[in-house]
Amino acid sequence: MPGIFIVATALEGSLGRSGLELVGGARTLARPLDLEVSAAVLGHGAHLADAVDELHAHGVGKVYRCDHPALTAGQSEAVLAAVDPLVGRERPDIVLVSADTVGREVAPRLAYRHRAALATEVTALDVDGTVILARRQVYAGRAIATLAITSRPAVIAVKPRALDVPERAPVRGTVEEVSANIPSELRLQVREIHSERAEVSLDDAAVVVGGGRGIGGPEGFKLLAELARVLGGAVGASRPPADEGWVPITWQIGQTGKSIRPNLYLAVGISGAAQHVAGVSGARTIVAINKDPEAPIFSLAHFGLVGDYRQIVPALIARLKDAAGT
Amino acid sequence: MHTIVCLKQVVDPELPPWDFGIDPATKRQVRTGKPLVISTYDENALELALQLKERVGGKVTALTIGPAGEVKDAVRLALAMGADEAVVVDDADAPLALAADKAQVLAAAIGRLGSFDLVLTGCESADWVERAVAPFLAEALEAACVTFVTRAEVREGGLTVRRTSDEGFHVVDVRLPAVLSVTSDESLRPRLPKVKDIMGAMRKPVQTWTRAELGAAAGATGVEVREVAVPQRTTKCEFIEGDPAQQAEALVSRLRALKII
Repeated sequence: MPGIFIVATALEGSLGRSGLELVGGARTLARPLDLEVSAAVLGHGAHLADAVDELHAHGVGKVYRCDHPALTAGQSEAVLAAVDPLVGRERPDIVLVSADTVGREVAPRLAYRHRAALATEVTALDVDGTVILARRQVYAGRAIATLAITSRPAVIAVKPRALDVPERAPVRGTVEEVSANIPSELRLQVREIHSERAEVSLDDAAVVVGGGRGIGGPEGFKLLAELARVLGGAVGASRPPADEGWVPITWQIGQTGKSIRPNLYLAVGISGAAQHVAGVSGARTIVAINKDPEAPIFSLAHFGLVGDYRQIVPALIARLKDAAGT
Repeated sequence: MHTIVCLKQVVDPELPPWDFGIDPATKRQVRTGKPLVISTYDENALELALQLKERVGGKVTALTIGPAGEVKDAVRLALAMGADEAVVVDDADAPLALAADKAQVLAAAIGRLGSFDLVLTGCESADWVERAVAPFLAEALEAACVTFVTRAEVREGGLTVRRTSDEGFHVVDVRLPAVLSVTSDESLRPRLPKVKDIMGAMRKPVQTWTRAELGAAAGATGVEVREVAVPQRTTKCEFIEGDPAQQAEALVSRLRALKII
């Protein structure tokens, strides 16, 4: 049945937030376009059953379950091999994919194979008549483009953490087992998986302390980590510290890195390049600490502290510890 | 090993905000009078290609699409950095093209170049940030694809690469031919050409083809750019004065009063 088809991967655990965000996106499109929503859930192991339940609990009736030992973390070719024939068979109008590590390799290839329109890194979806409007950041976040997707089929890759997770809306769903014809010799084989996840994840932290080039080296990040610890938050960085190897690249916040939405963001030694601002504009309150009073970050910040972070950050840590003690 | 590096020329993304504007007619960034540079991560891709060549030998070809006159400097820089030859697909409309269309032209040009082992692109362009050219190319060229690569080593029959993932990184074995998109890494800082390299670049071959010659007609992508808008920010920054202890005291009080912490 043509409609909206969610590619939901459960490659290392359950569906996760980004899978549910796709359900939210699908719901936005389904009613105005009068389309039904179905999903393929791909992975291997017992957690697939949980992923199916999550989809049903969030209103997705028809679920195609594809369980194959090759469908594990990072295996984009296996995911493509599994989902491609299913898209060919079901011929959906719209395919929704999460633009994560695997999805950003899969989505354009799927679009190419099915001669579909493609919109990637989408942060918002809307409908105008029969036209889908997909919004995305362009020019390092300096501008927002609205794309009109006029043809079908269309593949839409949604940037993780851009859409809201929808409310639960349980339905009595159905499950169809789908066998995947994945070649035994894939051209791409994930050999090792390394996690650089910090103690407190950037994705979910209510407070984030970000450091920039002005931190001067990896040593300075220890001070930021101490501040983050006192605040119960996470540490991140703008692009230069990640490029320089001072911090893992997974700490990078910005257009190329993560988009964050904390209640409080402390930008320390960060000038405020568009690339970085693109990832922090969702923060509710921004405090900038920078020795250059002309730094562009101050035009974005709610509170500004001009001075040397090496003096201000220890003072802040001391004050916060005092406050916690009283 | 023959490596083809796809380079895009863009308006310098480091321009200050007041120098940034959208042309209402083209719905793209105003280019006239602005400095043009090789798109950020494309230089990292070229650096990786040159490092691989230094390790295992072979040839590096720089490939770009754009108005031929405009992209000259980008091509010369690539040659000065160490690319052996360059191909320009002369297309005045290239700055307006989306990834699907661009990949089609690149694939046609690569087809005309003949054999290749590896195609490298930046992980995203500094202007349109679609992150889609490499996977599209992989399909068109029937090659493997890995995106957001920071390191690559040649091994029997292929490469072992490091791919940046959402949580850290993956070590991936990939067979050749392959298309990789490359991101920045401390090991991939673009080299600065020496004066003799810049002089030498003048003697390296540059071929110019047109899009029509390649038979890559502009196809319907099913996606139109309806609007490009610059969000207006209205935040007013409250500066907190004093010595560091006073600043800390005042900030913590303000954040607590506002129930932010």
